[in-house]
Amino acid sequence: MADTAVRLKTHNRLARSLRHVGDAITRDIVGAAGFGILFLIILMSVVGPYFFPLDTISDPDKLLMAPSADHFLGTDHLGRDIWAQVVSGGRELLVLAFLTAIVAVLLGIFLGSLAALVRGRFDAVMLFLADVWLTIPRFPLLVVLSGFFRLDAVALAIVLAILSWAGLFRTIRAEVLSLKKRDYVEAAFMLDMPIGYIIFREIIPNMAGFIAASFTLLMRAAIYAQVGLVFLGLLPLDQNWGVMINVAWNQGVIYNPDAISFLLAPTIVICLLILSLVWISRSLEELFNPSLRK
Amino acid sequence: MIGKGSLPVFIAGKLLKVVFTVWIVTTLIFFLIRLMPSNPIERYIQSLVVQYGMTYEESSARASALFAIDLEANLFSQYLDYLSGAIRLDFGTSFLSPGVPVTAIIAARLPWTLFTVGMGLLFAFALGIVLGALAAYRRDAWWEPVVSGTSSFLSAVPDFLIAIFLILLFGVFTWGGRGSIVPIFQLRGNYGPGVTPGWNWAFLRSVWGHGFVPILTYFFSQIGIWVLLMKGSTTSCLNSDYATIARARGLRPEKILRSYIGRNAMLPIATEFAMRLGFILGGSLIIEQLFVYQGLGLELLKATSNRDYPLMQAIFLVMTVAIVLSNLFAELLYGVLDPRIRQEGKGPHG
Repeated sequence: MADTAVRLKTHNRLARSLRHVGDAITRDIVGAAGFGILFLIILMSVVGPYFFPLDTISDPDKLLMAPSADHFLGTDHLGRDIWAQVVSGGRELLVLAFLTAIVAVLLGIFLGSLAALVRGRFDAVMLFLADVWLTIPRFPLLVVLSGFFRLDAVALAIVLAILSWAGLFRTIRAEVLSLKKRDYVEAAFMLDMPIGYIIFREIIPNMAGFIAASFTLLMRAAIYAQVGLVFLGLLPLDQNWGVMINVAWNQGVIYNPDAISFLLAPTIVICLLILSLVWISRSLEELFNPSLRK
Repeated sequence: MIGKGSLPVFIAGKLLKVVFTVWIVTTLIFFLIRLMPSNPIERYIQSLVVQYGMTYEESSARASALFAIDLEANLFSQYLDYLSGAIRLDFGTSFLSPGVPVTAIIAARLPWTLFTVGMGLLFAFALGIVLGALAAYRRDAWWEPVVSGTSSFLSAVPDFLIAIFLILLFGVFTWGGRGSIVPIFQLRGNYGPGVTPGWNWAFLRSVWGHGFVPILTYFFSQIGIWVLLMKGSTTSCLNSDYATIARARGLRPEKILRSYIGRNAMLPIATEFAMRLGFILGGSLIIEQLFVYQGLGLELLKATSNRDYPLMQAIFLVMTVAIVLSNLFAELLYGVLDPRIRQEGKGPHG
């Protein structure tokens, strides 16, 4: 009996916080637009490929065609449908960006809260290392690294996550330091609660909004880096919007007004995806930090 | 008496950090290149063995002459050699163009990147702080959401996508059959053929014509951030006590905006500007590739794809040092402008 009662209570709490999130979304149009666009892009990338399979064979009669009834975004330099490529081009990008953000957030939470709770020499050294790390230009470093390693997509996601530890480390450390002084955390320390319990039950839940906002910004940075490296031809990825831009650019599509959608379509989708992520992060920040609202 | 909060101690601490940071990055690059499983030197030796049928010893000797390092010596003395070279700004000669010092290549490429990215940053900064301050001050004006919305849009879109849009708008689309705004050949390279570099009118005009759209790209990719930063900074100043008192005294709004709000709001923005100066060099790789603009970023890309490792490490080091120095500049600026920072003996976020 007691077990069900407890479950009922947590269920209610979950429902209530979900309702709060829902309220906030309807009040915040920009955030709602961001969530909407992201949802549509995810839907398109998950379900779309089943309805619009990629053309695997080229059709020499239909090279670089303008949009028409059959191919409403036109065709590429091998006569393949562009819309189908757009639909299939997002899945890998999204999954990898998600992977990067998860690894980076976990790393940041772990190191940041550890340094803030342990303090002392460890904290000082980590803070200094983070300062040094932040001065290394990230994208040029990725370019140089790709000259040494054959990075594949998953390796790139992990490398990206590791490279972005310092910024998140500093902000999470600062956040934990201020949370540490709150009464309920001090009470937990005095009760001799295990440190893992304090981190995961007292501190992390109070940083949820902040973490969620960083998460979307990390995804944005990951997408930028991936598309950038792919565009430069430094990364072998098979079907992805960055590859489309790269191929379209190298085929000289900009000189061919009919086929401009080959270049524009992936560019616009990437813009939409990144915009939605930025809007979501802003709305999440406002949701958890009411002082930012106008 | 020199106490903990005094300026000399503050500056000395920051300088020490700069030296340490540069040393760490230099060391990192060294070991990256020497210790990687397929490092460029080993790869070069292998390619000599395979292509020209040399013995390993021959190729190794040739490689050590080319890379100007003694492969027989142990790693530590190699490292010392490399460090002493780096201190004297001697990074050896380029691998692809033998005999050309790496520093000469960098010196030739650096001004172009400084010119385009720097101009873009300056224009974006100047217009951004004006628009940002106005947007915060006239929060109820009809154009405020337009300015803020456009800014947040521009600050979100990746810079190379802005470049693609601009190339399409300026160089490709024909507006009413009259041809594109900028001839497409001007969107490639630093200056046109047939002009002689120097202080002559034809050359300067050609440089401007070729640099215009890249500069516009950097401008658009940065202006949004400045508007948003300045707007936020001004808003927090507007809500301060001294601003309320100034309004209560009945001062003219222009006077308040100029003397009371503007200066205080500029404090964090000036530091941010100093910090962003350093990213001028590293932030231009993809855009220079798009415009085939012969700057530092494009040179790094070429060096990477050709495995020209002396050039690669030197350019990367230059990019890092630029950021380190501008961070130092920003911290010193903040320390001078705001004495509270010095007291803590740490940076603004410490």
